[in-house]
Amino acid sequence: MSATVVGEKLLGEDDVVAELRSGMTIAIGGWGSRRKPMSIVRAILRSDLQDLTILSHGGPDLGLLCAAGKVSKAIYAFATLDTIPLEPHFRRARESGAIADEPLDEGLVHLGLQAAAWRVPFLPTRVGLGSDLVRDNPTLGRVTSPFDDGEELLAMPAFRLDAAICHLNRSDARGNAMYLGPDLYWDDLMLQAAPTGGRFISTELVVPTGDLEREGCLHQLRISRMMVDGVVSAPGGAHFTACAPDYGRDEAFQQAYAASAASPEAWASFRAEWIDIPESDYQRKAGALR
Amino acid sequence: MTDISRAEICIVAMAECFRGDGEILANPIGLIPVLGGRLARATFEPLLCCTDGEARLIADDVTFPGPESPGGLTSGDGKTVEYWNPYRSMFDWVWSGRRHVVMGATQLDRYGNQNFAAIGDYGRPKVQLLGYRGAPGNTLNCTTSYWVPKHGPRVFVEKVDTVTGVGWDRATELGLDGPARYFDVRRVVSNLGVFDFATPDHRMRLQALHPGVTVDEVVAATGFDLVIPDEVPTSRLPTPEELELIRETLDPTNLRITEVPEPT
Repeated sequence: MSATVVGEKLLGEDDVVAELRSGMTIAIGGWGSRRKPMSIVRAILRSDLQDLTILSHGGPDLGLLCAAGKVSKAIYAFATLDTIPLEPHFRRARESGAIADEPLDEGLVHLGLQAAAWRVPFLPTRVGLGSDLVRDNPTLGRVTSPFDDGEELLAMPAFRLDAAICHLNRSDARGNAMYLGPDLYWDDLMLQAAPTGGRFISTELVVPTGDLEREGCLHQLRISRMMVDGVVSAPGGAHFTACAPDYGRDEAFQQAYAASAASPEAWASFRAEWIDIPESDYQRKAGALR
Repeated sequence: MTDISRAEICIVAMAECFRGDGEILANPIGLIPVLGGRLARATFEPLLCCTDGEARLIADDVTFPGPESPGGLTSGDGKTVEYWNPYRSMFDWVWSGRRHVVMGATQLDRYGNQNFAAIGDYGRPKVQLLGYRGAPGNTLNCTTSYWVPKHGPRVFVEKVDTVTGVGWDRATELGLDGPARYFDVRRVVSNLGVFDFATPDHRMRLQALHPGVTVDEVVAATGFDLVIPDEVPTSRLPTPEELELIRETLDPTNLRITEVPEPT
């Protein structure tokens, strides 16, 4: 890419980490074990960041960060590896009491992001009423409709994010980006809910702006440069999660990852082999496995 | 028709949950519920909409593997796609009530309160499960049924540890003509029988026994007192047309037997 592009935002994974601070609340895009910004997650794992609050439709992003002791609190509706129903490292962190927990219905995640993106303090909903969410999540409020119906509703507060990190299939150097798979998930809303300066994407391929539309179709151009502060060129960056249609989930790798939750020794060994190495080495080794 | 399997009985019972639903999204989760939904659409509920388990609504009456398929690369190939339905669209169906979901349950109590988030104290669980997922929103906004493949006293419990899906007692407390006016927890299908909440105080009632199952068997496998009518009917058998659909179109490789093994 030419360095003379006005508004170019290309940087590396470690540059993203340098913009983050311990104690931050970070939203991570994708869903379960699908299109997760894993190369940036790996960079966070190698960093000295700690005490993070992670908002995620949880997959191995959340699990890895828990395993590495980076997480103090999880904001989530579920955590799964898709083909392995429960995220084993997240499970271990919850059962050992290592992390605090802010459970939500996945619809409330949607509303909390939308409220933040629209800069309103909350959005009203019936979701959560009657369930133990109101027992287990003290951030939830109540609100009475000001209209004739006078209905009592649950108030889902806007998330207060410090950063959002997503992985997209294609991007230009300025952060206009697109997904090419079947689902954008909540990536656009996460980027819109995060403050300027804290919005990062990685991408399979950086292309000239003029090539974006022909990489897919108009309707997939859902990430605008107005939502993005930094773009990381990261081919294979979602590995080992699925990144349709560029590549599928690396199931054998995911099984090895899941098995590393069996004991501290198993995790230490997985970590030495796959985390405490440069991303370029990771990609070379993982590519050889595929 | 002695060769009809318990799994096939369960699929028909599951299909019956959707009877009368019309043009809404039938959203069964799990193999037997998915087969039941497809069977209902292929026979008596032709207007139902069905997902491919990921981001498409599919017009075919065949069953596809869901998003848990290896690699996570489901495509539209070979499917008749009638709508693009990314995850976020699901809330449009749920919150407008145009959906009937069938969820699983790690625990279920006599009022249909469901738990699949955690076993033990929620703050420090003995076993962390999936999480709240969409259960609170589902139960308050759209018709909900449950599927339990292994009926036992650890599933059908006196009191669930965490209420993820709202049951009839809590919905009544909220107000069935107020905040819970769209609440409709309809039915529970297990490998032993069919259960509903058609009692004055909405306690769970044994609605039907699968062929070969006794009342005593169900009572022994249930950790609370069920309402048991004097006469308990037997779950209906599949018609010859339904059997052919199940065996030759919907589940030709007999995956159903792995979820509901034939009782010995």
